[in-house]
Order: sequence, then C-alpha cells, then structure tokens
Amino acid sequence: MAYQLLGKNFVPPDIAAKVTGRAKYSEDFRAEGMLFCKLLTSPMPHARVRNIDASEALKMPGVIAILTPDDVPQFPDPEDLILYKEPYYVGAPILAVAAVDELTAANAIEKIKVDLEPLPFTLDPLDSLYPGGPNARTNGNVANVGLKLQTLKWDAAAFAKAEADTLPLGTPSESWSYGDVEAGFRDAKVVVEESFVTASYAHHSMEPRSAMAYWENGKCFLHGSSQSQSFMVPGMARYVGIKPEELVYIAEFCGGGFGSKGTPYPIMSIPAHMSKKTGRPVMMRITRAEEYTNGYGRGGFQGWVKMGFRADGRMTAVDMYIVGENGPNQGFWDFRNAGEAVSVVYQPLAMRWRGTSVLTNTPPRTAQRGPGENQTASAIEPILDKAARQLGIDRLAIRHINAPDNQGKVGAERTPLTSAYVKEALEKGAKLFNWDERSKRSGQRKGSKVTGVGIGQAFHPSGAHGFDGLVRITPDGKLHIHTGVGNLGTYSYAATSRIAAEALGYDWKNVIIERGDTRRALPWNLGQFGSNTSFTMSRTNFVAAEDAKKKLLDIAAKKLGGAPDDYDLANEKIVSKKDPGKSMSFAEAAQEAISLGGAYSGKEVPDNLNPMTKGAVALIAGTGLIGVAKDMLPFSGMPATFTVGFVEIELDLETAETRILEYVGVTDCGTVIHPQNLHHQVKSGGVMGIGMARFERYVFDPKYGIPLASELYLSKPPSYLDMPLSVQADAVDLPDPQSPMGTRGMGEPPLGASSSSLLCAISDALGGHVFNRTPVVPDMIINFLSKQPQAHRPLQVSTV
Amino acid sequence: MIIRDMMPGFELYQPANLKDALALLSRFGKDGWKLAGGNDSLTWFKERIKRPKAVIDISDIAELKGIRETADGIEIGALTTLTEIATNPIIRAKYRVLADAAQRVASPQIRNTGTLGGNVSQDARCWYYRYGLPCYRAGGNTCFADTPEGMNREHALFESDRCIAVTPSDIAPALVVLDAKMVVQSASGERVIGTDEFFVGPKIDITHLTSVKPEEILTKIRIPKNWAGAHFYFEKVADRQTWDFALVNVAAALIVKDGVIQESRIACGAVSAVPRRLNAVEDIIKGQKLDENIAKLAGQSASRGARPVNYNRFKIPLMNNLVMRAIRDAKA
Repeated sequence: MAYQLLGKNFVPPDIAAKVTGRAKYSEDFRAEGMLFCKLLTSPMPHARVRNIDASEALKMPGVIAILTPDDVPQFPDPEDLILYKEPYYVGAPILAVAAVDELTAANAIEKIKVDLEPLPFTLDPLDSLYPGGPNARTNGNVANVGLKLQTLKWDAAAFAKAEADTLPLGTPSESWSYGDVEAGFRDAKVVVEESFVTASYAHHSMEPRSAMAYWENGKCFLHGSSQSQSFMVPGMARYVGIKPEELVYIAEFCGGGFGSKGTPYPIMSIPAHMSKKTGRPVMMRITRAEEYTNGYGRGGFQGWVKMGFRADGRMTAVDMYIVGENGPNQGFWDFRNAGEAVSVVYQPLAMRWRGTSVLTNTPPRTAQRGPGENQTASAIEPILDKAARQLGIDRLAIRHINAPDNQGKVGAERTPLTSAYVKEALEKGAKLFNWDERSKRSGQRKGSKVTGVGIGQAFHPSGAHGFDGLVRITPDGKLHIHTGVGNLGTYSYAATSRIAAEALGYDWKNVIIERGDTRRALPWNLGQFGSNTSFTMSRTNFVAAEDAKKKLLDIAAKKLGGAPDDYDLANEKIVSKKDPGKSMSFAEAAQEAISLGGAYSGKEVPDNLNPMTKGAVALIAGTGLIGVAKDMLPFSGMPATFTVGFVEIELDLETAETRILEYVGVTDCGTVIHPQNLHHQVKSGGVMGIGMARFERYVFDPKYGIPLASELYLSKPPSYLDMPLSVQADAVDLPDPQSPMGTRGMGEPPLGASSSSLLCAISDALGGHVFNRTPVVPDMIINFLSKQPQAHRPLQVSTV
Repeated sequence: MIIRDMMPGFELYQPANLKDALALLSRFGKDGWKLAGGNDSLTWFKERIKRPKAVIDISDIAELKGIRETADGIEIGALTTLTEIATNPIIRAKYRVLADAAQRVASPQIRNTGTLGGNVSQDARCWYYRYGLPCYRAGGNTCFADTPEGMNREHALFESDRCIAVTPSDIAPALVVLDAKMVVQSASGERVIGTDEFFVGPKIDITHLTSVKPEEILTKIRIPKNWAGAHFYFEKVADRQTWDFALVNVAAALIVKDGVIQESRIACGAVSAVPRRLNAVEDIIKGQKLDENIAKLAGQSASRGARPVNYNRFKIPLMNNLVMRAIRDAKA
C-alpha cells in the first residue's frame, strides 16, 4: 500500500538539539539552592550493615544531610532496593550524603564509618546449586519475576553424573514441553548435544543514570534518565512514596538504556527522598564506575541443549536446560526467553525446556537488548552449524527449512505468530551477501589468514496492545500527537507518531509531537522496550487518529449538513464527497470542537481509558479537538520480529586477529516506517552483537568478589576499528496483519543476528564447532590453535 | 567501592619552564605528581587512589616538545604527542618502528593528548593494583593476581618477583630496539640512561616501573642513527583493534645485507614488568639467512624460560608467533 509518510525518511524533531548540544539530559538541569548528593556503596559482595557513624561527616562545612536505608521505603525480597542494609553486590548503595557541592559530598562519604559484617557470597550459579554451596542472599539462592525467592540445591548425584564440560541436570524451577521429544530424537538422523556458557555483561549506557528532584506545591518533580515516559510514573511514584498523580516526570532525552532504563528503578528516587529531607532540590550524578554496578547488566547462561534433525535438516526435537545467572535481586527472565526463542526460531516438532534462575552477588540484572533471545542465538546457531555439517547440508538450507512462516507457533501453548517472513529474510540476505559464492570461500587460506563465513538468526516478541492514544487538533490547524512512550534514542516515538499523521492525511510539518514531560498531557503507554513500540504505539496512535477522524466528520455534518459518511478528509480539510466545494478546515473544526465541548473537546472521555490518560486529557480539554481512545483493535497470538545476519571474516591463525569483511543484516519487521532508522538499528544492533560475540564480559575476582572490568576500556564494547569493513541492511517489508499499517518492532534481534553469525564464522574459519561460549576472546582462539587447554573451567561463568 | 570516580582536590602548579618545574619537584618530593597528557594521572586521581598534595602540570613547557634531527640521530621531547610521533616524516622514514608503535597506542583522542614520556612512564595496568588493593606494587605485602584463582590473563610470563604486573607500553619495545637513550633531569643535573636502566622490574623497585625519581623529569629521548633505515616490524595483539592494551606486542629492528641478518634488536611488551629484550633470539639469528626457517626457529626460542600463571599460557604461542612474524615480515 502506498503511504504519504510511511516508508519515507524524515528528521525526528529531537535530533537538532542532540547534535548541537542543546538537548538537556537529567544532569544538565539546575534549580535554585540545589544540593548534590553522592552515594556510599558497598565494598563487599555481600555484607550486613551493623552500624553507620556519620558524625564526623555531618560536622563538615557544607554537608547538609545523610540519607540511610531507614529514611527510605523498603520493598519485599528480592526486589531492587533504594538503599541497602544488607548489600548484595559490590557497589550497592548503602547511604547518600547531600552537600553544597559534589566534592564536599564525596569527601564527607570518606569520613563516614560503616561497620560491615562480611557474609558468604557466590559468583557462580553452579557453585550455589551444589549441596551446601553459598547463597547470594541469606534467605535464598533462586528467584525471578514470578519465581518466588527460595533455596534450591541440586542432588550431588546430578553433579557427579555430569562430565566437567557438561551441565549437570538437577531439579529445575520451571519447565514446559510439547510434542513427543523422545520420539523426535528416535526419528532423528543426527542428534547434537552441547553445554554452553554465555557471559553476563554491563549495558554501559553512555549517559549514566543521573537524576534531579525537587518538591513544589505538593508535587515531586523528577528529572530522570529513562527509555520510557508514562510507564515510569506509577513505579517511580511507588519508589518516592507518593501517588502517581503527585509525580511530574521529565525525561525528554535519554543517552542510551539498552533495556536498563526501560522500567522504573529505585536509585532514581534517591534525590527525591533527599530533597524531601532537606527541603532543597537535589542532584545525583551517577558516575561511570557506579553505572557499572548499579547500572545493571545482561544475565548470563550456563546451558545445555540436545537437538535432533531429520536427514533434510528439519529439527525433530529439542531438549534444553538453562541455568540463568540473575544477579542478586529479582532480575530478569532471560532464562525463560531462551526456551521461547528456540521454539520460535526453529519451530521444532517437539520440545522440552527446563530452567532455573540463580542469584549471584554480582551487579543486578535487567533486560538488555534481546534478553535471553540473543544469548540463545549466540549459543545455538553455532550448534546448528555443527548439525548441518554432520548432515552434510548447506547452512542456509538448514535454517530455511526450520524457519517460521505465517503458520509459526510459540512455546508450549503453541500460540500462533501474527506473521513471520524469516524464509524471505534468509533469501534476501543470501542474495545481498551472495551466500552461494561467498560460502565457497569458507576455510580458504591467504598466508596466515583463513576465511570464515556464517549465518545467524535472532528473534524477539514485538508488540502489545490495550494502551491509550491521544491526539489533539488545535484551532491553528496543527496536529499534536501526545506520546507517552519515551525516547530511548531509537526515534520510534517519532516514527510511530507518523501513523496518526498518516491516518489523518496530515502534512508532517503541521504536526507537533508532545512528549518527555508529564505536564505535556501524556497518555498511558507501554514503555519503550522489547521491540514493541512500532506495533503497540502504531495501534494506539491509529485509534486516537480514528477517533479524531470520526469527530471531524461529525462536526462537518453538524455544520455543513448531511451525514458524517458524506464527508472525507483531504489536505487537512473535511470535504463533501458529492460537492468538493463544501468543506471546512481542520482548524475550523477544532474551533468548533471547543464550542461543542463534550467528547469533542475532551470534556468527556471514554470510561475505559487509563486514569493517567484521563488526567492527561483533563490538562488539554477545551483547547481543541481531542482524539482519544484505548486500543481495542483485534489482537491474538504473538507479534514476533526477526533479523538474519550474514558475515564473512578473515582470521589470522598466528595471532587470532579477526577482521569482519562484510556484514549483511535483514530484518522481518512488517511494514518499514522509517528506512534510514531501520538501517541504523540493524547496524547498531550489529555493533552490540560484535561485543557479545567477541569482547564483553563481567570479570570478578573469585576470592574477594570484586568486579575487575568496571571501566569502559576494560569491559570492552567494540571499537570503531572492530567494525565490519562493509555493512548492508535491509528488510523484508511485508505487513503484519495485526498492526493497522502493518508495522512491527525490530530493535533487539539485530544484536543476536550479528553475534551469532560472527560466532558461526569464527567456528567456520577454525574448521568446525569449537567454542560453546560467549565471548570468544583471542586467548581462547590461540589456546585452541596451539592445542593448549583453555584456561577457564568448562562451565565457569566469570573468566578473564 | 565506598566511593570512587570523584577527583579529590589538590594544589595545581603549572610551571612555564623546565627550571621552575624541577624546583617544584624538589620542593614537593614524594608529595608531588608530574602531570603531562593526563591519561594515566587523571584516572588515578578520579579513583581517589593516588592522592598527591601537589600536581605539577608540565604540559605547557615548550622546551620539552618537538622532534629534531641531530648529528647523532634524532631527539624527541618527552611532551611530544603520540600523534606527532606517528605522523612525523623523519620518524616515518628512518625509524618507522617507533611511528608504527605510536600509531597502535590506545585511540586517536588518547594519542592526541598522550605524550611519548607519558606512554613510557605510565603505571602498571594490573586490575587488582588499579582497583586500589594493598598489593606489593601499592606498598602492601601480597599479590592478588598471583593466586590459585587470580584473574591473570594479562600478567607476566617472565621475571616476576612477588608482583606479576607487566609493562603496558607499546612505545617501550620500539625504544628498546632503537637503542634509545633517555635523558632524565633533576634540579641537580642530568643523567642519560639506556632503556635497560630506565625500565625497572619488581626486583629493583616493586612500586615503580621506571627508575625516574620523584624529583626528576624524563625530558627527552635520543634515538641514535645506528638503526636508521633498518628492517623494522611492530605488531600489537589486543582484544580490540583500538583503545586496548597489548596482550603481547613485538618490536624488531634488523640490519639485513644480501639476505643475511647482520644484527638485530627484538623486544616484546606485556610479557614482563619491563619490555623484554630477546637477546637469545638475536644471537640465534645473527649471521643467518633471513628466511621462513630462521623466523620459525626464532619464534620457537622467543618464550624460552616463560613461567605462565593460570590464565596467561596463551601468551607463549602468541609471543612465539609474533617474534616469528617480526623476523619473517620485517620490512625496510
């Protein structure tokens, strides 16, 4: 379908401020009398605070107040806390000090005597699962969202049964299955079985999670760093200890979140509590070093998988076990997503998944771009190649035969996918990459260098429903799109706003996006995470536009005579179908809506709206024609997004130096709204994938539990010279039936596609399946090539 | 952690000439700190681990900058930036190994501010030491890296003595093979020393990587012309292609006549506390025909005597391969 706006490049409105430096991030704000606060954080991986003596600090000139765990709300175990009486990781905030400047606050922190009782700690889930092994928390070692904090120890026999390089298969916390898995293995021509490890690592968002807060006329004003906007409000209000309507939340710009700023997080409330205590505005600037601990990280896996294949490559059965490394708190359900991802990407005829989520005294975990799905891609795709080699079939063919299509299903419930064009993506990618020719270069030598090629695939669920859309046409004729989704930096807030403009036939230059501040009347929207925005927000903006359209037609009928059906929208006018001379402008209709009042001007709203949306409409009621509605469009099954990656590398067998010569990423994300932005996402996700495959990992000293790689240069996100020499990005561009204009999200799988294709290429260059681990660092390659044993234990999580 | 990443206050001095700088250094002794490009210093300050009373910022001293040719070779001011060294036409033409090494340091931003003197004077990168733990190098009485479980992938293969940290410099091996002379000055005079005296291991001084005393400044580095135009090789292997320290690096200078190696100097970084000169390899290849075989033999000899710890055994084949490549692929 031909659209006026969709499928065309445009400049999102916040870009000019970003590239000129005028954009104000949370730490750029100042307020009269503002104090600075600094955190005292735990030097131990697990300890109990026995006593805090701040007397010396409080005597220092310029020191105003101290905030301790007793001053802030506590939350049920194992939630993330604002301040910890029992810190569970090095860097956990114990208290905050406010002073007239930051240096004074920092110096005061050093004067505070904190008496800490060291407690047992663990860094490795398998150590914790072993009988008598250490627990990360005094009251348990296993927990997740929806998995109650508990103590789980495996039978020593389960450990004894497994070889050193095989995951012991003890009692799982959760499991599911479908089909006859054993029959699947019996029917298989080839069965592969591998254990693997994927490393945990930091999000390292460039903007640390600084925050500033003050109180005014009974409301708390909070400047925070977040991906999401409206979705932050209820949770942040809970952390501050107020009602959602008492919070004014400002988050216009976000310097990267990658999942770590998608949902409310407790430390953002520290300046609010400190401000309440001191009666002055408070700024808390989080530093790079702190961001590495309280800024969250991706969970790691110790996993095992057994996969059976027919002679033609079709996957007959999968048995999978994931031990998720979840940090010390509630964490994130990466371990569950692993099973879901395998069930979607390979559509196995039968599958069983088992897993548990083990706590460690390491930085708290949350979602990171494709949480679970991308680790899974990195672990499984190279094993798929191993099966293809054993079957003697092409690596593209084995992916093609298993790839989901519109009949694709998910998990034990066999939930249908809304649509899937992975086969098309593979075909398109193979053509762009020239797989037929390039795959022949596999293993070719040029001096000490050998060529490797690889294909990778990754998936993420990509949409939700039931949120509210809000648009407003003002008497100057402008369309205001009120979007509460947030601004992660992907510009999808702007791209999905174009859905409303498209539906109303608006010229984009007459559109204003209202966002970034509660006071701009923002509806209840889902957060900006989970590759969901392009689906979820397209629906909400569409239903709001449809409501506005209905009201425009009503008003025309009322003013110009006839029935609403006699009119159409064209060029920002309501025009009679029969008599094109009979028309009124949107500007006139907006003025008329104000006169009519009621639902037209937002004085009345549908009952089914979220209270936040009702509050937002109340702010703007009577200022124009209001289009507002809850998304009740049909929804069933799972919207899913996919990316496939193709890569060619050159690996130097003498030094392990690996150069990426070519990378091609193709995504299946429904209709493309914004081509340039889609290309950026495929490429930038690809960059992060290089980090997962080759460099990024947490390092802890086993004896002291201290984090050793807590700086940018030590945690090693990929650098510009590690980029591919050539990159291509494209999309299948076929519409999703459950999105009003066919759009679906795509932010996460580009990471897993790049990471897994690169890992497959490294194995390919080395002549077969070699590593069951991310990242594959040079010393592993050199040890392999020199026939030396690897330095790490086979299932060790924290390596160097 | 308690608190990190927040620079404490200090007195800042910005002398305009070398004489004033040396006077300040004599005055403050151990309480003074020399600041040049700041890439190493500021990290220490921000981490609140090194806390000098007085910081003497020498970065504006013009007499410590620049590259000039002398009758005996070239003389490079210690404050010359790595970018200047990497791009200098004289160095590129005659002493290319130094330019190539400079080009592989860190990132463009760091090379633009980082100085020659700073690069060879930078402190150890052992992450336990940098964490602020009371290890031998920090004046304590233990090593956190050299333990049964220590995370020591990047640590030493040779000549460790209590401390197993390595030299992090990419420039150092290049200076070793060019037989550079280091000019070190204090208020009371000047001493000119070779790289073998400039770089020190833990046996000599466990808390410093160079022999420069608190009241001294490395003012310039002289490169004699003996090795001008030799066959050179530099290679650094790191995890990432930029902004990373070497897992192992190698520098080589070979004088080759009619296909025969007349003389050579070869050194590796990141394998011991000082850049490791490979005298044995130099002896083995002297007078030999330069071919694949001698390169291979040299490589096999390179790491002889290595004593790996838990995680750094990979450095042995890596070092061997790099030395083999240095001889095989050195170019005039």
